[in-house]
Amino acid sequence: MLILAILAVSLAMTILAAARPWRPWIGWTSAASSAAIVALGIALSATTLSAPQWALHHSLRADSLSAFMVVVIGTVSLLATLFTPRTMHQEISTGVTTPRYARHYVVLMQVFITCMLVAVLTANLGVLWVSIEATTIATTFLVSHRRTDGAFEASWKYVILCSVGIALAFLGTVLIYYAELHSVGSVHSSSLDWTSVMSVAHHLDPNVTRLAFALLVVGYGTKVGLVPMHSWLPDAHSQAPAPVSALMSGVLLSVAFYGLLRFRAVAVAALGPAFPRALLLVVGVASLLLATIMLIAQRDLKRMLAYSSIEHMGLLAIGAAVGTPLAIAAVLLHILGHGITKAVLFLSSGEIYHLEGTTDMAKITGLLARRPTLAGVFGFALLSLVALPPFSLFVSELSMARAEVDAGLWWAVAISLVCVSVIFAALTRHARGMLMGAAVDETPPAATPASVALPLIGALVACAAIGVVAWPLQSLLTHAAHAVAP
Amino acid sequence: MNSTYVATLELAAGAVLLTAVMTLWRRAVRSIVSMLSLQGMALATVAIVLGLHEHENALLVTGGLVLAVKGIVVPTLLRRVSSLDPRSRESRPLVNVPASLVFAAALIVLAYVVGTRITSLSPSSATHLAPLGLATVLVGYFMLVTRRRAVSKIVGLILVDNGIALMTFLLTSGVPLIVELGSSLDVLLVVVVLQFLMVSMRHHSDTDRLTEMKALHD
Repeated sequence: MLILAILAVSLAMTILAAARPWRPWIGWTSAASSAAIVALGIALSATTLSAPQWALHHSLRADSLSAFMVVVIGTVSLLATLFTPRTMHQEISTGVTTPRYARHYVVLMQVFITCMLVAVLTANLGVLWVSIEATTIATTFLVSHRRTDGAFEASWKYVILCSVGIALAFLGTVLIYYAELHSVGSVHSSSLDWTSVMSVAHHLDPNVTRLAFALLVVGYGTKVGLVPMHSWLPDAHSQAPAPVSALMSGVLLSVAFYGLLRFRAVAVAALGPAFPRALLLVVGVASLLLATIMLIAQRDLKRMLAYSSIEHMGLLAIGAAVGTPLAIAAVLLHILGHGITKAVLFLSSGEIYHLEGTTDMAKITGLLARRPTLAGVFGFALLSLVALPPFSLFVSELSMARAEVDAGLWWAVAISLVCVSVIFAALTRHARGMLMGAAVDETPPAATPASVALPLIGALVACAAIGVVAWPLQSLLTHAAHAVAP
Repeated sequence: MNSTYVATLELAAGAVLLTAVMTLWRRAVRSIVSMLSLQGMALATVAIVLGLHEHENALLVTGGLVLAVKGIVVPTLLRRVSSLDPRSRESRPLVNVPASLVFAAALIVLAYVVGTRITSLSPSSATHLAPLGLATVLVGYFMLVTRRRAVSKIVGLILVDNGIALMTFLLTSGVPLIVELGSSLDVLLVVVVLQFLMVSMRHHSDTDRLTEMKALHD
């Protein structure tokens, strides 16, 4: 019931946005629908603690992992959609967009959110692929929304690279199906259903599964933003409108990562832990190193946030490589913390761009003196991003490091620690230039509207609260981790 | 009966790879698109022949869909794009045509080396042809990497997709219909998206400059 309700709310909002011309109330309704999805997601989490839920003749399935992902998608969507009315008003009044394109924007945002919800709620690994690919099509138009040369180039690069990547993931999925058809314990009706794949996973042919998992890591890894197919990410995130960047960085990357978590469980059952671990460690460490190098000399605010996403996805891949229940629970907590924090950062940097007219960090100075609230939010969000306590990323990074030590991966902990420290130094240096420094002009400090400040401050408080008292999430996270790490 | 089945299957699967290599050889967009159309039809033949042999109706439906989408609709869309473009030739490939053909030969050998490890799981007259699909995928990647024009990149993408579809048919006798439907419609959507982007870019500025993807960098 709850599964159908979640998809119905999202679908109804999509139809409403398509049926009516753009008005600010449509934006507020879409925020309300995201809030409803968060509430339904929490209710679903509670029911999945006892047993997985099914709907629509077993074509939809939710275990604790799916329910947790619904909560993450809902929360970040709520933040992003709360900014829809404001972003559209700003863009229409400055002539960047027209009411017609504002309508397209809201419809595409809703399609995007619905596709991600289907991806985490489907029982079928093939439908998972279809819905992740469908997000590519919706987001391509969202990236090119501003219709500038840069936006077109970014969306072109995005759609070409992600289509190629996701084609590899399809081949990987097909190979898993082929291995399932010819496995020893294969039952009468083989299908790509999660439960039936997992029931024969121990008997899958190792040669085929090895190739399939490698294709899946590169394929879904493209959408996650992992090296070697990451190069679309900084362009797309820097050219898209701020709420779109918030959604893409905050949840789209994690939804693709959710696909990897599922297939990792299949690969571990078929091949043992060594091969999946080696592969995920290689892409994870490579992504982390690349992000560190690119962050040191970064000049553009939004590209800085984009490379930081690559950094965090690298950390997630290393955590998933360990693969113990503790590591996966930490990975999931990290997904939530990163989603909220990155959404706050992209949304506040959208405000900064609106005020300053640039995202060149060298040209932005003295924000704290001129816009104390906005600069404060941005500063605290950055502290959360570099994983300082009390924010939840501190807890999740610490737990991941502990799990890595337990697994004997000392060198991975050492590399992560060095990279995270270098990034800490780089980000605080960049932020100091923007926040401190003399104000260029002598304008008096201006207030930030409550509609901007309140959601962002609320999200940061939530992040800190989760970091201090993780107990409400503890049982859900452990339960969700056991779904893919038995 | 059985020998006709094997012969038709081999012919059609071979035609998919042959047309892929031909797209590397031809330069005029118009003839490249004709090759793609032929490839779509060969792919549909593979699905239909397999469907008739294994008495699977889902495969026959898929074959009809592939024929419509990959044999007719996508090539028509591409023809329309190239008629908008006055200079419809691949003028400056990064690797010239003779060298490309040599590379293609190497890629086919590579596909057979990797492919036999997959087909050994269940040897049959259909799975033995799967390396042809893998070779088509690799040729598609080669096209994507070495050709600069926007249309050529779309062609590369379609080659990758057709190669994967060929492998899917030969290895599994078709994945569940919904997934097959999803992946077929997906190609159509991606081509529509790319076409739309090319047209809107043309209204703004030089498409070639944008699709060479050089303005945005660190």
